[in-house]
Amino acid sequence: MEKRAIAAEELTKFYGKARGIDHLNLSVGEGEFFGFIGPNGAGKSTTIRTLLGLIFPDSGKGQVLGLDIGKDKKEILRRVGYLPSDNAFYTGMKVKDALKLSAGLRGKNCNVRAAELCGRLQLDTEKKVEDLSFGNRKKVGIVCALQHDPELLILDEPTGGLDPLMQHEFFDILQERNRQGATVFLSSHVLSEIQRHCSRAAIIREGQVIACDSVEKLARSNARRVTLQGTVRREDLPGAKDWTEIGGTTSFLYSGDINELVRMLSKTEIRDLTIAEPDLEEIILHYYGKDGEQA
Amino acid sequence: MTLIRHELKQSWKSLAIWTAAIGAFIMTCLLIWPEMKGQMQGISSLFSSMGAFTAAFGMDTLDFGTLNGFYGIECGNILGIGGALFAALAGINALAKEEKDGTAELLLTHPMSRAKIVTDKLIAVLLQIIALNVVVYLLAVGSMAVIGEAVPWKTVSLLHLAYFLLQIEIACICFGISAFLWKGGMGIGLGLAIALYFLNIIANLSDKAKVLKYITPFGYAESSDIINNGGIAGDKLLIGLALALAGIGIAYWKYSKKDIR
Repeated sequence: MEKRAIAAEELTKFYGKARGIDHLNLSVGEGEFFGFIGPNGAGKSTTIRTLLGLIFPDSGKGQVLGLDIGKDKKEILRRVGYLPSDNAFYTGMKVKDALKLSAGLRGKNCNVRAAELCGRLQLDTEKKVEDLSFGNRKKVGIVCALQHDPELLILDEPTGGLDPLMQHEFFDILQERNRQGATVFLSSHVLSEIQRHCSRAAIIREGQVIACDSVEKLARSNARRVTLQGTVRREDLPGAKDWTEIGGTTSFLYSGDINELVRMLSKTEIRDLTIAEPDLEEIILHYYGKDGEQA
Repeated sequence: MTLIRHELKQSWKSLAIWTAAIGAFIMTCLLIWPEMKGQMQGISSLFSSMGAFTAAFGMDTLDFGTLNGFYGIECGNILGIGGALFAALAGINALAKEEKDGTAELLLTHPMSRAKIVTDKLIAVLLQIIALNVVVYLLAVGSMAVIGEAVPWKTVSLLHLAYFLLQIEIACICFGISAFLWKGGMGIGLGLAIALYFLNIIANLSDKAKVLKYITPFGYAESSDIINNGGIAGDKLLIGLALALAGIGIAYWKYSKKDIR
């Protein structure tokens, strides 16, 4: 069997009565660039925090890099780089001291790698961390997560606050690390990010993974975005979702039999027609979303 | 080692301020002592006629007219309360501040066991208390030398030792409580220290409440008892040490299975 960077089996965590994750199953292969998608409150952070031993599961099993999340936590943390979503730092510290502290807590000298990363991300190491903008503080977190050359990178909403240029540089770095063998686990609700960079992804909703496949397959359900000018009646197309009519233009997502669509359309008068593959965002919104059924 | 150094760096300002404040207070009192000495005879007899009030602060059995008596009462109040407050704050913040400031996620995703974090933080708290007490002790005996009094080594050392142990006990108890908190517990820490202080005053006031002396560390750090008996009450001290160890044990137990927010 292929080696797995992350394996969760029936992982469950409730905060009192509030659901964190509920019998969650997840499998990420070593060397993957993996996306973890879901709305806020779906359990993304709970999953990550459980895998890293910040919180303890009520039941279920978890392994990271083949190690048990309960008893091998220290070894896991040694080999993982983690970027928290709201990365806070100690006050009164310069960037370089914060980076040194992180390296020191790992018992590792990371000066060379840190300097390289700071250069690429244009991070001024002489400034105090609390004087930095949100985006620049994020960079400090990124360097902390990457400077010790981890085998597995776990990134929780990593691009918040980064400008487009920096996001680009950041993903370049991640792609490089991935090519060198590191596994990247990217949790995000920015779907374009996942669609562009990840090879596989899991969709989490209400504490459970409801779909896990290659990004292509997740996006290439048989659904199509149909846009046409003319008159069609919604009742004639039971499989249509996200129906909008603006002026003479009608647009909808269609996931039924394509032949029926064509037969139906042939009976009406239409002036223009496009049938395109929808992007991942639309798919997830309408097929994995709260009101949608699973595609 | 990195974490201990980091903890000390984070808290040195607060440590310096508390040390300076307590040290300056004790020095000032000692430096004006020669002037007060002559007037003290009268004050002593005045105090002895004030009944419960003098008993509350142990002044019924101490002679304000001697350096021992004066220092016992003065040191008891300044180093007793000041040190207790500092120790309570240092202990109560040690573990809880990470979650309060949002840095827990950063710290706890570094390869260290929870037990190691508890150990390092505890050492940092104890080092701070040691530093404060060493400096204050040196300032106290230094001031006595400056005013030309013979330093009553045994009494001064015993008093400072008692207050040092009191601070350790309060810090350890607060450290144990700290493991349960995630919002910071300044109020709890300060409240606990002050409550323990008042428990001792109540015990001094009423014979029926003497048992309270076994609960609060101010019971064994009572200047009048230490000076009159020439030692620290062993039974009360043992209870105090047991409470301190319990605080440490609870901190390890709780923090090792705590869900971090």
